[in-house]
Amino acid sequence: MADNSAELEVEIVAADHFVWSGPATMVKARTSDGEIGILPGHTPVLAILAPGELAIEPVSGQRITISVDGGFFSVDRNRVVIVADNATVKSPATAGTR
Amino acid sequence: MGAQIRVYRQKIASTTAMRKIFKAMELIAASRIGKARTRVAASLPYANAITRAVSAVASQSEIDHPLTTEPEQIRRAAVLVMTSDRGLAGSYSAAVLKQAQSLTELLRGEGKEVRHYLVGRKAQAYFDFRSLPYERVWTGGTDAPAFETAREIGDAVLADFNTAYEEGGVDEIHVVYTRFKSMVTQEPAVIRLLPLEVVEEEVANESELLPLYEYEPEPAQVLDALLPRYIESRIFAALLQAAASELAARQRAMKSAGDNANELIKKYTRLRNNARQAEITQELTEIVGGADALAAS
Repeated sequence: MADNSAELEVEIVAADHFVWSGPATMVKARTSDGEIGILPGHTPVLAILAPGELAIEPVSGQRITISVDGGFFSVDRNRVVIVADNATVKSPATAGTR
Repeated sequence: MGAQIRVYRQKIASTTAMRKIFKAMELIAASRIGKARTRVAASLPYANAITRAVSAVASQSEIDHPLTTEPEQIRRAAVLVMTSDRGLAGSYSAAVLKQAQSLTELLRGEGKEVRHYLVGRKAQAYFDFRSLPYERVWTGGTDAPAFETAREIGDAVLADFNTAYEEGGVDEIHVVYTRFKSMVTQEPAVIRLLPLEVVEEEVANESELLPLYEYEPEPAQVLDALLPRYIESRIFAALLQAAASELAARQRAMKSAGDNANELIKKYTRLRNNARQAEITQELTEIVGGADALAAS
């Protein structure tokens, strides 16, 4: 990737509202094929999310767990967009929420 | 004479009562518009993300997906008409229905069979009154649509789209709704939902270029999962815009109804005063006339 900054820019949106966005060092998600971990510099991917949990390791603060029941996500130039049908933040995430 | 004054008094009283209703409805609509517009804005990130992903898949991989390829011959079209549940919104529903009618005529002129799907009681009443056939109707909550409604509508139209023409399926889907341009302008609009129109455009900015994605599991499966969501999100966006437009139209209609009520009250008050003065004058003339007659005898 051209851009080698060591941060991921994560954005999580649900159908009718915005869930979370912020910088992160790692995103772990479950696709229909299995688990996938995304670190900065990942190749562009467009994948289907399986119902389950997502884990996000923010740059500052605690790990955030979000449970989704389907959707998809795309990775492109360190930008991770997670589009969930229904997303609920499980562990309290105060940092980075809007 | 006394009867005339009473009639004017009654008219003033009833117009004042109506003015109260208009005022209340105007205020309710005004307070809900803000919320409706926030919901339109809140649905944007999702819609944008989905649109981007769909255009990435559809433009890069040359996959033959039934949802993206245009059938050689379109013989039956579905038209989804979005109106309101309640009236007192000026020409809001009428404008949408008029637009739907002209679209129907246009499609029929192209030799297509047209099938209607309705949203809102006003559309249902319109079709029922004219005994026009329609496929399905969704009513309730047009001023605050839920995502579940959009999903239900999406499922229904997609099911018909995926059915072959011979078995009663449709070949294309249009949506007639009202686009919320600003607080003062809302206009009826038509979009073609399916087959998708993949727009190819030149991008100057490199960041706007769509990357070459890797797909997981397979491009076809990704499209299978993406397209229903895309349709749902387009329908939901249209529903939200229609809701905001409905409220804006209602607010404007109620505002002018209130103004008209004020005018009427003013007019009737003048007429009432006139009639009262005429009555007094007549009574005076009668007394003076009577006294004169007595004095003369």
